Amino acid sequence: MKLLDLSWSRVFAVFLKELVQMRRDRPTFAIMIMMPVMQLVLFGFAINTDPRHLPAVVEMREDGPLTRAFLASLHASSYIDIVAITQGPDEAEAMLRSGDATFLISIPEGFERRLVRGERPQMLIAADASDPVAAGGAIGAIERIAQSAFAPEFQGPLGYLARPPPAYEIVVHRRYNPAGVSAFNIVPALLGVILTMTMVLITSIALTRESERGTMENLLATPIRPLEVMIGKTTPYIGVGAIQVAIVLIAATLLFRIPFAGSFLAFLVAVTLFIFANLMLGYLISTAARTQLQAMQMTFFIFLPSILLSGFMFPFRAMPDWAQAIGTALPITHFLRIVREIMLKGAGFTDIVGDLLPLALILLTLATLALLRFRRTLD
Amino acid sequence: MSDEIVIDVRGLTKSFGGRKVVDDFDLKVPRGAIYGFLGPNGSGKTTTIRMVCGLLKPESGEGEVLGFDVLKESLKIKERVGYMTQKFSLYEDLSIRENLEFIARLYELDHRDDRVDKALVDLGLAERQGQLAGKLSGGWKQRLALAACMIHEPELLLLDEPTAGVDPKARRDFWDQIRRYSAQGVTTLVSTHYMDEAVQCDSIAYIAYGKKLIDAPTGDIPAQIGLSCWRIAGRPLMQAHAMLEQSEGVELVARFGAAMHACGKDAAALERAVRAVKVAQPHLQIEKIEAGFEEIFIYLMSGSIDNFQ
Ligand SMILES: Nc1ncnc2c1ncn2[C@@H]1O[C@H](COP(=O)(O)OP(=O)(O)O)[C@@H](O)[C@H]1O
Ligand SMILES: [Mg+2]
Repeated sequence: MKLLDLSWSRVFAVFLKELVQMRRDRPTFAIMIMMPVMQLVLFGFAINTDPRHLPAVVEMREDGPLTRAFLASLHASSYIDIVAITQGPDEAEAMLRSGDATFLISIPEGFERRLVRGERPQMLIAADASDPVAAGGAIGAIERIAQSAFAPEFQGPLGYLARPPPAYEIVVHRRYNPAGVSAFNIVPALLGVILTMTMVLITSIALTRESERGTMENLLATPIRPLEVMIGKTTPYIGVGAIQVAIVLIAATLLFRIPFAGSFLAFLVAVTLFIFANLMLGYLISTAARTQLQAMQMTFFIFLPSILLSGFMFPFRAMPDWAQAIGTALPITHFLRIVREIMLKGAGFTDIVGDLLPLALILLTLATLALLRFRRTLD
Repeated sequence: MSDEIVIDVRGLTKSFGGRKVVDDFDLKVPRGAIYGFLGPNGSGKTTTIRMVCGLLKPESGEGEVLGFDVLKESLKIKERVGYMTQKFSLYEDLSIRENLEFIARLYELDHRDDRVDKALVDLGLAERQGQLAGKLSGGWKQRLALAACMIHEPELLLLDEPTAGVDPKARRDFWDQIRRYSAQGVTTLVSTHYMDEAVQCDSIAYIAYGKKLIDAPTGDIPAQIGLSCWRIAGRPLMQAHAMLEQSEGVELVARFGAAMHACGKDAAALERAVRAVKVAQPHLQIEKIEAGFEEIFIYLMSGSIDNFQ
């Protein structure tokens, strides 16, 4: 079976046909355009969550009994998971930027000496506030942890430190979304949700509709190859995806005043890859579904985890391992990270490689599966 | 017609859900022939045609179509065959022209516009080329489907009940067209339910319950089946009709105007039955006649093959 033996004439034939059919199917087309608008309105408000197990990196420039006690309390807390302890700032900053850590807790050199002297030293918490709900909850938690960690230490000879004002000062830096606006987190992520929903849904009936209407028999009676059908049937919807991206981006800047901090080129590459991955996911469904109703049901089967387990609803790192594993296999999980990093954190290509590659891998896997599943006969 | 064999399949077998729908089917169709494919509904005609053009994989059997292996070279076969499906399978939401252009592109045809133009003129649809295919009447849909499966100038046409539900005039036009193609050396395998179409075929293959029972030049078929017939005339016929249907040896009772024909393969039993009717109703005239193609056809298509073979 030569999968890669392809004729552009046939690809173009299918492409053109799909385009004409899409144009004639006005209601569907309208829904695809209205969908982003509706979702933006619906999800424009925050979704409350009680996040736990958020990854934190601790930058320790001090090593003494008091700081060790604090560290132990952090370890014990269910709000925070310490993923790394570093000595210098560079590594810690990089982890915060890449999203490997949601918090950076920084204890400066000489902290204990100055604490004992009653100089009220500062402890810095830098939070990735691009998800403001997660950040807000955890900042409060860290403050409480510090309090209860130091309380037993401030006894006996250090008893004088227990008197107010607190012997130390916690300085909070909210990064990437200083004002803690929910829309900053939700709107870029909505782009992922909208694209997943529409791209998968349209292509999930790509082959199913042909089988149901009986046109598959004619199509298969011609010398068309599986790859030609796949390319011809999915590419017209890139245009639809592009329109949706434009709508969300315009709404993001004009309506929600969300900055676009990072590389636009990197964004374009990522969003293209993401659209393709979703088209392939839908197309794969259409090779399995026998009726349009089945295709619809399978789409929602994909859609639920895409919303719940991707980091859209709940902070990804706060989810149990099995949920994270499912999330990692979904294209939207990687796209959400990428789009937040680019739009809010000003990331460029190098920052998103870690999610771009898995996205490409998912795309390739889905396309291969769809090609192998394509039935060349009516059996 | 030449000696070259265009369809040569042997032992094609296909089951659905454990039931053999086509069983050990052989067929040889020479170039330029119009081969009729007859059989009651559900006898396996569509399934057979689909296997011949590579749309279904036979579970056993082998063969060549246009010299290509049916199992391994189905893409080459598809390039050279025009298959008209039983159910209209072009796009109802595309216009007539868009459908033809789509098919032309799939076959990578050169001079696409000219070919589509010519097909539209031949069809008599040039003025309505922008109309959606779904809006066409049954007869026009058939003609469009035929034009679509002819646009790449195939050497072999597989037509699956192409004229079902089409008015007689459109059917005649359709068959004139098939004969013109045949004269140009195009081979046709056509399944049909109409006797007037069956008689126009050079040869007929008859299938029932997935088994091919007859395969012969059309003119030889009455003799091959060896059906005996009696003509019963007079009025009223109602009672005689009912009686004959109950009688042993009578496999077919059909009205022909004011008369009635009773047929069966067991000549002696049939004669006994007819004579018994004459005794019961002496006002009727009975007469032994030669079984014509009409009786044969009704006999074949009625699906009464239990005691056949
Ligand atoms: N895809 C299929 N799945 C299951 N049964 C089928 C399928 N196609 C045909 N059949 C069955 O096979 C038998 C022969 O069908 P078909 O080849 O369409 O007969 P014909 O064309 O002579 O009317 C019928 O009983 C039909 O129900
Ligand atoms: Mg049929």
